[in-house]
Amino acid sequence: MLGPEQVPGSLEATAGTLRRDLLLAYRRRGDIINPLVFALIVVTLFPLGIGPGERLLAEIAPGLVWVVALLACLLSTDSIFRDDYLDGSLQQMLLSPQPGYFLVQAKVVVHWLVSGLPVTLMAPLLGLMLSMPGGGYLPLLVSLLFGTISLSMIGAIGAGLTVGLKRGGVLVALIVLPLYIPVMIFGSGAVVAGCEGRPYSGQLAVLVALTVLASVLAPLAITGALRINMDD
Amino acid sequence: MTCERDHRLLFEDLSFTLSAGRVLQVAGANGSGKTTLLRFLAGISNAYSGDILWRGDPIHKVSAHYRSQFLYLAHAPGVSLSLTALENLRWYFSLNQHIDSQALYHGLREVGLEGYEDVPGFRLSAGQQRRIALARLVISRAPLWILDEPFTAIDRGGVTELEHLLCRHARDGGAIVLTTHHALKLDMAFDRVELEEGQC
Repeated sequence: MLGPEQVPGSLEATAGTLRRDLLLAYRRRGDIINPLVFALIVVTLFPLGIGPGERLLAEIAPGLVWVVALLACLLSTDSIFRDDYLDGSLQQMLLSPQPGYFLVQAKVVVHWLVSGLPVTLMAPLLGLMLSMPGGGYLPLLVSLLFGTISLSMIGAIGAGLTVGLKRGGVLVALIVLPLYIPVMIFGSGAVVAGCEGRPYSGQLAVLVALTVLASVLAPLAITGALRINMDD
Repeated sequence: MTCERDHRLLFEDLSFTLSAGRVLQVAGANGSGKTTLLRFLAGISNAYSGDILWRGDPIHKVSAHYRSQFLYLAHAPGVSLSLTALENLRWYFSLNQHIDSQALYHGLREVGLEGYEDVPGFRLSAGQQRRIALARLVISRAPLWILDEPFTAIDRGGVTELEHLLCRHARDGGAIVLTTHHALKLDMAFDRVELEEGQC
């Protein structure tokens, strides 16, 4: 008898999607390098452009590292759903009996693993290149660790809205940059406070709260955006 | 099983019923709205007026249940070329149906991809890539199949096999709605809906 077989639970479906996207990321592991090289180039150029004065560099280092990390994450945001949209996988995903929420969340988590996380891990090196004061490294790592999750979640909303467009790159930036700003303000604020030896737990707490909020709410918006684009 | 629709855009006053065990071919010239009609049936687009009923309920009201009842094969079939045939199927069924890996191998063997299970999609020919998607038909137990040009890029032997597969599904009590430009040869009677041009 054909018919309503038992449909896999959301957990199984999410795990399946997670595994698939990790495999895809592994197959295209060259793409992980792009944001890292971008960040390295920008940070290398800065001392050449404004002079190698240690005090000036140390002063702008916290903000600069955060801006560079943010732009590096933005670089790959545009393509989160692009391939899946073109080959029809996204359509199959949304037509499956599974709730889109967790599947989309899994996709964004994988995107973070190959963009935000590597940039976070490289950030101390960027700080070193700009002779950032020693107190700033811990808040830099923690703020980027949480901050880049928010950036991926927020960025995916823009990517979902523009996935049907041939060239959505600039549009994604215009949509998500305003939403990135609060994340960046609290993130770099924590690092500045750390550099100056002031307490920074307040900024980090706000940042973590923003991250939780983004991780819970953004998948709703992303799923909605993708469904709109499926019906074109 | 009832599927009714009334709709005025590309086509007007279109109405049909698809019962279990039946195959329905949607025919018409290029641009006559065949794909659009299938997209409506799959619930992808709702730019129509009228109703599409699944067992008496409008599909948008029972969408979560309805989505577990059909298999939709589109022009872009949802096969990632960076993944192997096996990985593609495994992901598809992790969303749609409990199966064991034995069933996956069986499905790939049935569509002539034995020995290609672990070859990345981009190394396969267009027809073989298409066959990865067709392997879903072998494995799936969804009662309704919505197939948009399933014969694209398939060789002559494959066409016959696919026609057998369609018959088998209908005999098992499934329902199929498909579009094709190929002269469909089935061992059983099937219905046709003709979409005419210029009914705007």
